[in-house]
Amino acid sequence: MSDLDTETERTRPDLGRRSPSRGSGLRGHEALAGWLFISPAVIILGLFLVIPVAMAAWVSVSDWSGRGSPFSSTVGFVGTEHYRELIAGDGLATRDFGTSLRNNVWYVVLVVPTQTALALFLAVLVNRQVLRGRGIFRTAFFFPSVTSSVAITVLFLFLFSASGAVNNALSFLSVNGPNWFADARGVLHIILGAIGVEQGPEALAGNSFIGISWWDWFAGPSVAMSVFIIMAIFTTSGTFMLLFIAALQAAAGDVDEAAVVDGASEWQRFWYVTLPMVKPTVFTVVTLGLIGTWQVFDQIYTGTKGGPAKTTLTPAYLSYQASFESQQWGRGAAIAFILFAIIVVMTIFQRFILRERDGEPKPKRSFLSRRSGESGATSGAGAQL
Amino acid sequence: MSTVEKQAGTGTDEAGRRQQRSVNVSAGLRRQRRATVLVYALLVVLAIIYIYPFLIQVTTSFKSDPEAVAAGVRLLPQTWSFAAYQNLFLRSDFPLWFRNSVIVTLVVTLGRVFLNSLAGYALARLQFRGRAFVFAFLVAIMAVPGVVLLIPRFLVINQLGIYDSFAGMIVPLLADAAGIFIMKNFFESIPPSIEEAARIDGAGPFRIYWSVVLPMATPAVITLVILSFNGSWNELSHFIVSAQDPELRTLTKGVAQLASGGLGQGLQYPLKLGAAAIMTIPVAVLFFIFQKRIMNVTGGAVKE
Repeated sequence: MSDLDTETERTRPDLGRRSPSRGSGLRGHEALAGWLFISPAVIILGLFLVIPVAMAAWVSVSDWSGRGSPFSSTVGFVGTEHYRELIAGDGLATRDFGTSLRNNVWYVVLVVPTQTALALFLAVLVNRQVLRGRGIFRTAFFFPSVTSSVAITVLFLFLFSASGAVNNALSFLSVNGPNWFADARGVLHIILGAIGVEQGPEALAGNSFIGISWWDWFAGPSVAMSVFIIMAIFTTSGTFMLLFIAALQAAAGDVDEAAVVDGASEWQRFWYVTLPMVKPTVFTVVTLGLIGTWQVFDQIYTGTKGGPAKTTLTPAYLSYQASFESQQWGRGAAIAFILFAIIVVMTIFQRFILRERDGEPKPKRSFLSRRSGESGATSGAGAQL
Repeated sequence: MSTVEKQAGTGTDEAGRRQQRSVNVSAGLRRQRRATVLVYALLVVLAIIYIYPFLIQVTTSFKSDPEAVAAGVRLLPQTWSFAAYQNLFLRSDFPLWFRNSVIVTLVVTLGRVFLNSLAGYALARLQFRGRAFVFAFLVAIMAVPGVVLLIPRFLVINQLGIYDSFAGMIVPLLADAAGIFIMKNFFESIPPSIEEAARIDGAGPFRIYWSVVLPMATPAVITLVILSFNGSWNELSHFIVSAQDPELRTLTKGVAQLASGGLGQGLQYPLKLGAAAIMTIPVAVLFFIFQKRIMNVTGGAVKE
C-alpha cells in the first residue's frame, strides 16, 4: 500500500466502527475478543508500570530497609520525612540531592538549546534542494543515535581520557587538554578564576539553597560533566535532525522559492520563512529534550558513577545509589518522585504550549512521516536514558 | 549586489540593460556556487566529526594497549593486534553476555510485536465496553518517564519472586503504550471492507487479525521491530534492577562493568572499545537494512 493511500484512509478512520452488518450476538463475541486482545498488554503495563508507582509511593513514606516485603507489619510510616530530608535538611542527603539537581540543571540548560539548534542547522544543511550525497550525510549524522548509551560512553571515556584522542588532537594545537573525567572544577568557576575571581561574593557564598551555596550553584557544569554534555548533543542531534527534516519537507517549498525571487538573503529566508514554518517542531524537540535530559542515568552508571567530587551525580543516579547501594529505599523512592514531578511539570509545560498553537492549521503529513518522527523521538529519548 | 544595482541605475539603453542582467545572473550563480562549496565543506567536516570517533573505536580495538594510550587520535594501528578480541572471547564472559542479550532481545521483540499489534487491533477495530477507559489509561502511562520506574519496578519484580530470572528481565518489557498506538494508527488506516469480506466468510476476530490484517500491516510491524530491537538491545537500567546474577548479565551491563573495572590490570582501551564495537554491530546492521524506512520515509511519501 502506498503512503498516499494511507493518507486518504486516515481521513476517515471511523469507518470500521460504524459497520452496519453486525448483529448483537456478534457484538458480544467481539467484546470478549476485544478484552482478550487487549488484556495481556494492559496487565503487563498495569503490573510493571502502575503498581510499581503505587508501591514506590508507599515506600517513599515508609522506613522500609529493603529486607522482606515493604507491606509487612514491621515497616513503619514516616510521613514526609524522606522528602524533608532531601529538600529542607542540612545533612549529607540534602547536600547530595542539591548537588545532583545543580549538575542536572546545567546539563539541561546547556544540552537542550544546543541540540535543538544543531539539529535544525544540520536539517537545513542536509535539506538543501541541490545536494549530492544527501543520504550519506544524513546517515553520518544519525548514526550516533542508534548506538547504545553504554557503547557511546565507553568510546567517550577513551576519547576524553587524559592522553586520549581529544587531548592528542589538542596537543597539535599546542593546547594542554584537561584530564577531563577527573576534573571536578566548574566551568564557570574556571572562567571567573581566569579573570581573577577566586571566591564568590558573600551574598552568594554565604547563602545556600537545597544544601549547597549559591556560589556553588553558579559553578557551572564540571569539566567531567561537560564531556557528558558534549556526548548528549552528539548522540541526540541526529534524531532531532530527522524530526526537523520531516517538518521542512512538509512545509511548502514554494514559499521559500518566492522569498528567493523576492531577493531575500539566505539568513533572511531562514529567519523569516523557514523558522516560523518549523516552529511547532522546535517546541516538540525542546520538550522531548527537556524530558530526556532529566533522566541521565546510563552514562553516569557506565562512566563516572557520580564522580569526580560528585559533580556528575544526577537525581536519577542518586536515586539508584541511595536505594541499591545505601539501602535507603525510602529516600531513593522519594528522589524518584521528585524527579517525576519535575518531568511532569515539563510535560504540562509542553501541553500548555501545544494548546496555544492548536488554532493554527497543521501542515498535512503522511502517516509514515509522523511515525518516523515518533520512532526517532523514542530512540532519542532512549539514547539519553 | 549593491554595485550591480548602481550599474543598473546608469545603464539606459536596451543593450546596457541586457548586459547588466547577465552580470546580475552570473554574479548570482557565482555566489550560489560559492555557497554550495561552503555548504559541502561544512557538511564534510561535520560528517567527519560524527563518524571519526566510530572509526577510531574500531581501529583502536586492533591496537596494543600501550599504542592505544600513546597515540589515541591516529586511526590505523602500527601493528595489528587481535589480543583484545582474544581476551574478550576466550578469557571473559563476553560470549555469555552476548547470548543473554540475544535471548532477551529476540523474545522481547517478538512478544512486543505480537502483544502490541493485538492490543492495537482491539483499540482500532473491536467494540467493547471500557475501550475508552483503556485508551485513556495508555495515554496516561505514556507520560511516566522510564528512569522514575527504576526502583518501583524492582519492588514489584522482587515481590513477584521473579528477581534474577529471565522472566523478570523480559516480561516487564513486553508491552509499551507507544507501540500499541503505532499499531492502532496503522490498523485504522486499512480499509475495513477487507475485514468485512473475511467476516462474511465466517472468520473470527483472531483469524481476521492474524491472517488478514497483520500481514497488511508490515510497514508498522517493521517499525515496531526496529524500535523494540533497538530498545531492548540497548536497555541498561531495567537489567540493572531486575537481576544481579552474573549468569544473566547482558551486553550493556557487562560492558558497563568492563568500562569501570576491566579485566585484570591496566586501562585496556582496545578491549573495551572492541566490546563496544561488537555490541554496536547488530543495531548498526538493522539500521543499514532499514535505513530507507527509518530515515527516508518522508521523501518516499512525497515521491510516490
